[in-house]
Amino acid sequence: MRHLLTLAAVLAAEPALANRVFVTNEKGNDVTVLDSETLEVIGTYPVGNRPRGITISPDGTELYVCASDDNLVRVFDPDTMEEMHTLPSGPDPELFVLHPSGNPLYVANEDDNLVTVVDVKTKQVLAEIPVGVEPEGMGVSPDGKIVINTSETTNMAHFIDTDTYQIVANVLVDSRPRFAEYNHDGTKLYVSAEIGGTVSVIDPATQAIIDKITFEVPGVLPEAIQPVGVRVTSDGKKVFVALGPSNRVAVIDGETDEVKDYLLVGQRVWQMAFTPDEKYLFTTNGNSNDVSVIDVAAEKVVKSVPVGQQPWGVVVAPN
Amino acid sequence: MFKGIMGLLAGACALAGPVMGQQPETQQVRAAVLRVDETRLPPISRLDLPPADLGFAGARLAIEDNDTTGRFMGQDFEAVEVTATPETAAAEMDKIIAGGIQFVVVLADDATTLALADQAGDRAMLLNARARGDTLRGADCRFNTIHVAPSHAMLTDALAQFLMWKNWPDWLLVHGSHPDDQALAAAWRRSAAKFGATIVEERVFTDTGGARATDSGHVQVQAQMPVFTQRAPDYDVLIAADESDIFAPYLPYLTWDPRPVAGSAGLVPRSWHPAMEAWGGTQYQNRFERMANRPIREEDYQAWLALRIVGEAATRTRSADPAELRQFILSDQFDVAGFKGQKLTVRDWDHQVRQPILLTTGVLTTSVSPQDQYLHQTSALDTLGIDRPETECSF
Repeated sequence: MRHLLTLAAVLAAEPALANRVFVTNEKGNDVTVLDSETLEVIGTYPVGNRPRGITISPDGTELYVCASDDNLVRVFDPDTMEEMHTLPSGPDPELFVLHPSGNPLYVANEDDNLVTVVDVKTKQVLAEIPVGVEPEGMGVSPDGKIVINTSETTNMAHFIDTDTYQIVANVLVDSRPRFAEYNHDGTKLYVSAEIGGTVSVIDPATQAIIDKITFEVPGVLPEAIQPVGVRVTSDGKKVFVALGPSNRVAVIDGETDEVKDYLLVGQRVWQMAFTPDEKYLFTTNGNSNDVSVIDVAAEKVVKSVPVGQQPWGVVVAPN
Repeated sequence: MFKGIMGLLAGACALAGPVMGQQPETQQVRAAVLRVDETRLPPISRLDLPPADLGFAGARLAIEDNDTTGRFMGQDFEAVEVTATPETAAAEMDKIIAGGIQFVVVLADDATTLALADQAGDRAMLLNARARGDTLRGADCRFNTIHVAPSHAMLTDALAQFLMWKNWPDWLLVHGSHPDDQALAAAWRRSAAKFGATIVEERVFTDTGGARATDSGHVQVQAQMPVFTQRAPDYDVLIAADESDIFAPYLPYLTWDPRPVAGSAGLVPRSWHPAMEAWGGTQYQNRFERMANRPIREEDYQAWLALRIVGEAATRTRSADPAELRQFILSDQFDVAGFKGQKLTVRDWDHQVRQPILLTTGVLTTSVSPQDQYLHQTSALDTLGIDRPETECSF
């Protein structure tokens, strides 16, 4: 095990390690695949109707796509982009999160006020958990014990025990919570509120809101600042928040919760994903049909890459 | 499967943490929806025939939404549905209040809405989900009424901003002969002055009765409309002010000059439209259509929003006490999401709900106002309708 970790550290330090970046195009019904080093488009592949949420297994062998209008999750071979099989997801799957072990998959069913738990090996539905109206954001604690679902019209973060499938806590946040993300040691949970214009910082142990991050961009109407996707570096020091139609990504100090900078990206930025070495952060810009590439260390946008129609979700292969 | 869900739910309630722990007993939040149906001609287009559950369907969706949240809060919501005529409305309002309900969503015309507000007095809060008159929010405003439906002035300002952006500042205003049409025409004159448009001429389309959509009636319409609109001074767009639904839908493509029509036909400003997809609208449309088996109408959206306002107040205050909810809704702490991309709030000077207005054709949302270039010192939404300095309302 120790050898593996050392090896991983060496690999992570290797600069020229390319990963495949997968972007769902909601209106294009396809996925654009990019190379994370050359930042060139490798190809575009059909993936079913209204693809939104996208994730990949920890070993990088299975790519999962929420095909919202097909009411299922499609599973692809990330190398060939051939469809391997489908998973039952419940109606209108929008976003999902994999257990850190790679199984099961927790799916938000936006039209049905449910979170569906699916075993990705047996392809069986393990549970359906009733949550608030319009479930969307899905986060999982680093130890895999708690799954968070946010409901956009109920305005709550629901804490779900992954052993019992019971809701153990509900935290009321601001309007239209879109996304939930833990930091890597599980000491903070970030929940974005699109209409509220805030990110609530929650202590997972007490489920209390310990801080509320607000945003202000000179020359941008406050209504246009709509926080959606949230990503935290593995050292917990930098938090990136996609601010929707303000076309900015906020950079936040993970320790003080202060906003440090706003990076100008493409139009209507929603979701984001790091490369495994956290050199780059990719953002999906739904109205300009492109992906912005952020240099994480420099906190600069280095490139924008045109993808398909209305890019929604993004994931980077772990290997 | 349903039973399974209920089992899980019961578990959820028993185990829930910070939110549930404080609510040992279920709180009841009660409301009513009072729809006052006038006797009137059928609409010009049979596509506009009112469904039997008009407004009520939106209310039912709101109660479903509120109850889903309520399960986690220990709150249960109810909306009694009542239909009345203008003659029976007052008695029905009394019955509702006698039943202990203090929030009443009213779907009625201006005169009836005002009469019901006075009838209720301080015994109930009204949420106006239909009447659009500016006087109702001005000289005739009432403290106990929140206007969820947008006002005439908001609707005409929304379209005026778009027409100015389009560089179509010269308008031919054609309005109907009924009082409602004249009130709407007044709103158009105000919007023209506010945004610098010119009304090159006004014409009145007098309602003389007539056979309306009789078999082959289109032949007459085709002959009449070009004649009615001929010899107008040069204009960019014809504005139809036809609140009574007498003539506006006949105008597009039948004007003497080749000009677009807007207002009560053509490009129409609305609170909501069944093709709206942005800002989570798709999910909302899906949920409504699955429940009601028809596309949504403005009255449904407005009734939904009215009851969501009550629900949101109950969630945020964790209370079912009508006085506390009322106070919170009218405070500067209150906001609610309504699938329009930003917070919706209540203007303290006339209790009008601030909201973006959709500019719609038959099948699509063409634009949403306020337009970007119209700025305001407090909220861009206050570029629509009667702003604080010009209000005639005093509570």
